[in-house]
Amino acid sequence: MKIRHKSNWGAMAVLILGLSTIIFPLYLTVVIAFKQPSEMTNSISGILSLPASWSLQNFKEAMEITDFWHSLFNSLKITVSTVVLAVVLHSLMGYALGRNKKSSKFYNFVYLFIVSGMFVPFAILMMSLAKQTAEMGLDNWFGVVLLYVVFYMPMNIMLYSGYLVNIPIALEEAARVDGASTWRTYWTIIFPIMRPMHATVAVLTALSVWNDVMTPLVIMAGSDENTLPLAQLNFQSQFGTNYNLAFASYLLALIPILIFYVICQKQILNGVVNGAVK
Amino acid sequence: MKNDRKVTFLLITIPILALFVCFNTVPLIRGVIYSFTNFRGYGSYDWVGLRNYIDLFSDERVGKSYLFTFKLAIVTTIVVNVISLLLALCLNSKIRAKSFFRGAYFLPNVLGSLVVGYIFNYFFTYILPAFGNMIGSEALSTSILSRTGTAWIGISIVCAWQSIAMNTIIYISGLQTVPEDVYEAGGLDGATGWKQFRYLTFPLIIPFFPINMVLCVKNFLMVFDQIVALTQGGPAQSTESISYLIYNNGMSGGQFGFQSANAVVFFIVIVVISVTQMRITSGKEEQL
Repeated sequence: MKIRHKSNWGAMAVLILGLSTIIFPLYLTVVIAFKQPSEMTNSISGILSLPASWSLQNFKEAMEITDFWHSLFNSLKITVSTVVLAVVLHSLMGYALGRNKKSSKFYNFVYLFIVSGMFVPFAILMMSLAKQTAEMGLDNWFGVVLLYVVFYMPMNIMLYSGYLVNIPIALEEAARVDGASTWRTYWTIIFPIMRPMHATVAVLTALSVWNDVMTPLVIMAGSDENTLPLAQLNFQSQFGTNYNLAFASYLLALIPILIFYVICQKQILNGVVNGAVK
Repeated sequence: MKNDRKVTFLLITIPILALFVCFNTVPLIRGVIYSFTNFRGYGSYDWVGLRNYIDLFSDERVGKSYLFTFKLAIVTTIVVNVISLLLALCLNSKIRAKSFFRGAYFLPNVLGSLVVGYIFNYFFTYILPAFGNMIGSEALSTSILSRTGTAWIGISIVCAWQSIAMNTIIYISGLQTVPEDVYEAGGLDGATGWKQFRYLTFPLIIPFFPINMVLCVKNFLMVFDQIVALTQGGPAQSTESISYLIYNNGMSGGQFGFQSANAVVFFIVIVVISVTQMRITSGKEEQL
């Protein structure tokens, strides 16, 4: 026991050292975002010192340049729609496939067919999808949502049908004896029981969608619409050498997810572990 | 009653399957078809047979992108797994403020990689050289992103910074499956410190290595955001990842057909790696 207690201080030292590599870039972002270009000298102390005043002017300008509220609204719209559709559609599909794949060759084939979609990298789809969504008039935010629903389907269906194995089929049979249809049984009994899995799916999907750059970049290129990350990419050149403005914009882009993380940290960590280990 | 069940399942499956086919299978097939043409992304095009595939293997730029992507994926995977395992061991030991540390260490993973890339870009371009000048180091006095030999290291650092969080969490959940009495029994036999890790902890968490490797290698092979934010493929095309090359030359460089062939090859590579890794994973689990 003595030895274990001793080694804790070693662990603590390693952790604090590691933590500094996480905090440093964030500290950098905050101080540069608040400074004025005149405060930026070429020496390290000039860059890293605290700003002379905590003025919000940079943020105001950065918001105007990147059309912040509009981009934020687009990001929220896309993420929320995707998560809702994923929880509804993927859980239904996971239920239909999970309950039948053992007994039916057709359902087993569909299950394997969709799950193997996990191996398809976006790189091979993107060029055809750019053409296809334009032809179908889906080269907008709604097209992006539909694509996300398809891209995360393999992973989410695997999670849902895996979770269903633990839910006894007797529950549904009892409901059936009482005269409830399969559709009603699903919504009144199965869907609520899968709540822990809904949380995992929602967290994993939301994090990936929120931070994704490539899909909106390829699909929404023609429209004037931006998501939050896409706005950073598209307006990067407008900051020129005014790094203070650029960093204010980066910080603005990071704040929503930081707030979300602080509030839902426990659910996020649980969701990620559940999703990864299964 | 039995019929109702069958009909309901079919009514659920068919539309969702149709959606999947429409936006996954169809574009995949179209991509394969384009790979046999000289399509530029617009206008008319002709069939060229296997021409694109033959050109692919003699194309220096494509070859370079594969070498770069694999070098980045392999080196970063090793670095990430070593550091994550170390951090997981520390985070799982008896320390103060455990949940605070766990929360803080996961933070990089939830931040968008494009913005993180931009922040690190500034760090590599201005702060690191300033630091290099201060300590009089020749190697650090210019931006590592501006030299062909070192630009990939910068990208590797940013990739690692974000994915260490994820792997650490998975290793921690692995370490938590090791029961406390194993350590107590080992302690009586004199297994402490390094010995305890080598002979007790390590063998028991072996099943968690493949999943971490899978996550890492796959993510790094598809690296895109970090390239856009840090180097845009430069200097001298030394950091063009496969995805970046396909996007850049396929979408706007007039090589739609040619890059489709590249994407098909990339797809096959990903499938082969995934299947191999799944075989290894299931083999390991049986052994235990």
